[in-house]
Amino acid sequence: MNIFSTKKSWINLTIWVVIIALIIATPSFLPVFRLNLLGRYLSLAIVALGVDLIWGFTGMLSLGQGIFFALGGYCAAMFLQLNSSGEFPNGIPEFFGLYGVEKLPFFWEPFKSSIFTLISIWLLPAIIAGLLGYLVFRNRIKGVYFSILTQAALLVFFNFFNGQQKLINGTNGLKTDVTQLFGQMVGSEIMQRWFFWISAIFVILAWFFARWIVRDRFGNILIGIRDDEPRVRFTGYNPVIFKTIIFSIAGGLAGISGALYTVQSGIVSPQFMTVPFSIEMVIWVAVGGRGTLLGAILGAVFINYAKSLVSEALPASWMFIQGGLFILVVTALPEGVLGWIKKGGLRKLLFLIGINKKLETYPSLEINEQGEVKS
Amino acid sequence: MQLILESLFNGVAIGSVLLVAALGLAIVFGLMGVINLAHGELMMLGAYSTYITQLIFKQVSFLKPFYDSYVIVAIGIAFLVSGTVGILLERTVIRRLYGSPLETLLATWGVSLILQQFVRSVPLAYGSGLVIALFFGLFAPLFISDDLLQGAKGKLIRASTWGFSALLGVATGGILSSLVSKLSRASARNVDVTAPSWMRGGIDFVGITFPKTRLLIILITLISVLVVIFFLDKTAWGMRIRAVTQNRPMSDCLGISTETVDIITFGIGSGLAGVAGVAVSLLGSVGPNVGGNYIVGCFMVVVLGGVGNLLGTMLASFSIGIMTDLIGAGRLLTIWPEMPSPLYSTIDFFATTSMARVMIFALIVIFLQFRPTGMFPQKGRMVES
Repeated sequence: MNIFSTKKSWINLTIWVVIIALIIATPSFLPVFRLNLLGRYLSLAIVALGVDLIWGFTGMLSLGQGIFFALGGYCAAMFLQLNSSGEFPNGIPEFFGLYGVEKLPFFWEPFKSSIFTLISIWLLPAIIAGLLGYLVFRNRIKGVYFSILTQAALLVFFNFFNGQQKLINGTNGLKTDVTQLFGQMVGSEIMQRWFFWISAIFVILAWFFARWIVRDRFGNILIGIRDDEPRVRFTGYNPVIFKTIIFSIAGGLAGISGALYTVQSGIVSPQFMTVPFSIEMVIWVAVGGRGTLLGAILGAVFINYAKSLVSEALPASWMFIQGGLFILVVTALPEGVLGWIKKGGLRKLLFLIGINKKLETYPSLEINEQGEVKS
Repeated sequence: MQLILESLFNGVAIGSVLLVAALGLAIVFGLMGVINLAHGELMMLGAYSTYITQLIFKQVSFLKPFYDSYVIVAIGIAFLVSGTVGILLERTVIRRLYGSPLETLLATWGVSLILQQFVRSVPLAYGSGLVIALFFGLFAPLFISDDLLQGAKGKLIRASTWGFSALLGVATGGILSSLVSKLSRASARNVDVTAPSWMRGGIDFVGITFPKTRLLIILITLISVLVVIFFLDKTAWGMRIRAVTQNRPMSDCLGISTETVDIITFGIGSGLAGVAGVAVSLLGSVGPNVGGNYIVGCFMVVVLGGVGNLLGTMLASFSIGIMTDLIGAGRLLTIWPEMPSPLYSTIDFFATTSMARVMIFALIVIFLQFRPTGMFPQKGRMVES
């Protein structure tokens, strides 16, 4: 069968061509500062996809995705540090010297290998997410309990990373922008351009991956768990397995996202594990439209872009706007913008302003006070 | 022996701050299944109320002789301030979200962001004016007879009470900002509450010094818990609250106004957050972020203690407090120096306040493996329970 035979396929193809052209062309017309910001926001879209998978599709609100995000970042940053610290004493990253550490802690040893790092960026967060998730889901802890537990876990990780100067440089975090990769400074313009392209590609790949997950029976079970978990259990499925798998997938996505974000922002620090950042991830998805994958991506990119624009102009007002956004989106727009459009919101809006006519599904009957139909 | 006693005292002191902070959270969570992420910010409002009360007592001439007793006045004021803001929050936001706890979580987080920024960018004098306006606006209709509030005339009366409250608020803001210069400008800096003279120092007992501030906090907690227990067990509204906690639809059918119960509970829960704020302000400096430092401890208490059970909340906060002190201050090592060396080095690794949290979290997760719904789970016959 020729896939280009229908009109829809042609539209799809055109959209993809435009997107790819945009990705390739963007660096040539955007100044490097803005390009870097856009690249960062694109990498944040990947973690948003993960949040959408666990919250939008499976109904588990995790307020601790920052853990996995930061873990991915730390993996990438340590690899870069280890591979550009040849001239420092003992051949280990400079900060170890500040705390009198002479030998590389054993668990960092494998991160000298690039292949190990590339795998661990997503595998390590996924394993930790799976472990944590299994222990929690096994006991049927869910709903608000699950949310608070993830938030507590986030704070615990934050405290741990903040306190361990000798192992991971504590509060200061790991810098990446002055490290070397392929003989180039990571913070240089050329490298940043490449990271932008890589981020864009990974967003598309992550989107395909997420779509593949939610399309099949697996996705149906996830939605089943979201809507009525006991019923799924009574039907003979074990929700624990599905929840653990999807939570671990979201953790892996967060890890990739964190690594890409780190190399573009130039530093990874325990600040990635603060509570506000992890809750923000949820609001990107909520505004974009939970349960719609595209909504998560658009929400992450647009809200962050708005954040940077507003913070540049009126630094104090962003907190008010963000707080208002949280309240507005859950009270007035629970489906998010994309969900609202999907449900015919645009048509309603056009009708309200008086541009569109209301569609008549069946002839309306006027009833008088006695309950009789007027003719 | 002395060491154990000292450790116990410190643990109880940490635990009692946790308890008074978690008490309100636990009551509201038990009743409405709502976790209020703005609870920490309500504590922050309580702490700022203490600060404002202190300044007023210092600056206003006829209140000066009573300066030493400002803490007691502040407790009342903090309760009212946080309670008012809490009721407003319930009326405007949370009421729309019953039955969807996760959405409530997000909405209250939004509220907490707004409250934090509000304290930063609005002068405290006008902030308190706003709270006073809200207070009178919300409560004035309760004192007007119902007949007057009916119909078109009633609407006019309601509107005029709000107008009057707004005027009152503006007036208070103006007077405060002219009286106390420190309150007339917005600032994001942390402020300090100085304890009155009778609270400084400590009491010596069997060779240990007990700091008076900590003793006062334990006393505040004790009184709050007793009042809450009395209210829930002995009063008519307390009984209604317990009924709604156990079975909301059935209580509704039996003629209990669940809406009023929700308002009262949320008000009391938020007010208790304010009282906790007073305690917090006595321990350290007060800033817009002060609530965030305590809120996670509160969550752990609620998770560990189980839903809607005061005994569980109490036990959980004291055990977390004592554990924090034993592990975090390294006291376990001094009490029991000859413990096996692998255990010794493990506990030594966790012997800071922040690392103690890591350990306690791990212990809680292990505990939840055996008792998934906390120490004292609520028994029911629903599928979910």
